[in-house]
Amino acid sequence: MIRRRTLLAALPATLAAPAILRAQSVSKLSFYFPIAVGGPIPAIIDGYCRDFQKESGIEVAPVYAGNYGETLTKAVTAIRSGQGPHLAILLAAEMHSLQDMDILVSIDEIGLDTKGTSWIEGFFPAFLANSRVNGKIWSVPFQRSTAIQYYNKAAFADAGLDPEVYPKTWAELAHAAEKLTKRDASGRVTRWGIKLASDLGNAQWTFGALAYQAGQVLMNEAGNEVRFDNPKAIEAMSFWRSLAFDDKATPEGISAWPQLSPDFLEGNAAIIQHTTGNLTNVRDKATFPFGVAGLPGKEGPRTVVGGGNLYFFKQANPAERQAALRFAQFLSTPARAADWCMKTGYIATRPDAWETAELTAYVDKYPLAGVAKQFLPVATGELSTFENQRIQKVLTDQIQACLNGAKTPAKAMADAQAEADRVLKPFKRA
Amino acid sequence: MATALSRQLARAERGYSTRETLQGYALVLPALILLVAFTHWPAIATLIDSLYSTPRGSRPPVFVGADNYLAVFDDPVFWQALVNNAIYAVATIPASIVLALAMALAVNTAIPGRALLRMAYFTPTMLPMIAVANIWLFFFTPDYGLFDQLLAPFGFGRHNWLGDASTALPAMIVVAVWKESGFFMIFYLAALQAMPPDLKEAAALEGSSRVNFFRRVTLPLLMPTTLFVLVNAVINAFRVIDHIVVMTRGGPDNATTLLLYYIYETGFRFWDTATAATLTVILLALLGTVAAVQFGVLARRVHYR
Repeated sequence: MIRRRTLLAALPATLAAPAILRAQSVSKLSFYFPIAVGGPIPAIIDGYCRDFQKESGIEVAPVYAGNYGETLTKAVTAIRSGQGPHLAILLAAEMHSLQDMDILVSIDEIGLDTKGTSWIEGFFPAFLANSRVNGKIWSVPFQRSTAIQYYNKAAFADAGLDPEVYPKTWAELAHAAEKLTKRDASGRVTRWGIKLASDLGNAQWTFGALAYQAGQVLMNEAGNEVRFDNPKAIEAMSFWRSLAFDDKATPEGISAWPQLSPDFLEGNAAIIQHTTGNLTNVRDKATFPFGVAGLPGKEGPRTVVGGGNLYFFKQANPAERQAALRFAQFLSTPARAADWCMKTGYIATRPDAWETAELTAYVDKYPLAGVAKQFLPVATGELSTFENQRIQKVLTDQIQACLNGAKTPAKAMADAQAEADRVLKPFKRA
Repeated sequence: MATALSRQLARAERGYSTRETLQGYALVLPALILLVAFTHWPAIATLIDSLYSTPRGSRPPVFVGADNYLAVFDDPVFWQALVNNAIYAVATIPASIVLALAMALAVNTAIPGRALLRMAYFTPTMLPMIAVANIWLFFFTPDYGLFDQLLAPFGFGRHNWLGDASTALPAMIVVAVWKESGFFMIFYLAALQAMPPDLKEAAALEGSSRVNFFRRVTLPLLMPTTLFVLVNAVINAFRVIDHIVVMTRGGPDNATTLLLYYIYETGFRFWDTATAATLTVILLALLGTVAAVQFGVLARRVHYR
């Protein structure tokens, strides 16, 4: 084991020597990406890679690697076996965990000239929040989103609600969801008022938004402390649970993320809380008028940012790192960021992208596309800690226990806190 | 034992079979190398890893003795996974074996469309588990899934089959039984086909009833097959988790977390390799014990021809 490590450590040193020679000779980069929404994402990514090859002569081989969790697993496994990707899109929230694994290389280390520095500064600060650790920048925002609500205007009209007024507070949401829930003669629900994702990998996102709506951020900035048993977090859990058990407006038990947009499109759910990244997909497929808006809060709209950043891996040689960074810059030119935003619904990560003629015209035509950006000021970061996957699981288990009726919100959150404290203990001493 | 050894030693002294012994070892060497490289060495390495802490970034592993084991025994999810796995095994193994036997007996008789029926029973085995899981995912979907649609006319309401802690594990068991019994049927069918018809004729002459014949003749003759199927069923109960990955990911609240899935999650999602190694050792010990019981106790009761 030790011998293999020394060997690996020696490898970059031997490769670094002819780095200048190799700078021209990088011909292929391997790039892992996840898909969390519907629509033709692989075709779009393939197109960008082809364009990049035309411009730079460097071939980027994109590998679709599943959802966010699966992509993380595959990338880390491959890197540990010594042949991982050169760059990958992983959850922005994995920052602390990836740092702890010591497999990343920072952008500062790859090297930025003044032009590069101004490029980095051109991103929305909210999207760079998960990138800065120890005074360095470790990832580049790419498929970034916020949680928004999609609401079926036809269902609103059907339920006797004003289709142009979306719920802005918890009370309004509960009221609307209850009215929107439709049952047939036998009492079977034919349309749920609202659906929220509570499956593993997504429940923590939904809950992060809810907790912030009550006024609580779930973790500290260092990522070694969580606040699950805070009264406001418990209040958020109680609200979620009451939508199912009191208002009977959302199913008890688990609702899975991949099921949400089909449910919405089929008219089985009148409101869903989902990513902006799904906007183009929903717009293309919806057969009824719908609206999007920031999530309601306890008092007013609040939401959570999410999505993936581009990470660069240490095992790449200097020339490959340079090429990977160049690809990241290529992806975030204003024109391409605007294109990505229009094709998917993910929020263009840079203000200058929103100033391009294409995106301005697009927003004029489809005002919905600009909605998510308006809610950026009331968005918080998503749950991001050391041992992120494990903390996600701890929280999700307890949310599920609560939504199944097995535990009260207070008990579930207390249990989540205790287990999270146990997992994070080693990181508090550091 | 002792006499056999001394005899062998005496023979070795005479140089009688040294060449033969070497030849014997040379013949098993390829198999031995494969066995050691892919079975024994990983098992031993896992055991060693389970005594060290998880290496993380800049922190190398340190020897922690039994700490990992104590931590695992302290972990409620581990116990839940163990209980889940026990329920899963106790439910899937007998159900799939009985069903397999029933199907084999059904397609062993001369009925029209027999080939078609055999194929239908065997189809689930041919499908990859991932595909099976995705099909069943639709069956179990609330509101518009197959089961809810079938049950709706009878006045049953909506079921969140996979999202409800009380129905999620039974749902996984149903999928496993559906997938496995067709495979086991093939073995029973082969055994039934190999059974000499004169036994049946003799029994008919003696005036034995069909039930009696099945209980006294068919079933005992099928015992070697049953043992084989049983061993496979037990292994599968601990080994096949593809449907868990696709359908529930161990949720809700660990209701469908089986031991192997928990190992995967700990090892490849949490990267806690030491704990994963510890869990693996426990699973190995468990399977080893079960295998020993099966071969030691049951094998003696099996009648081989």
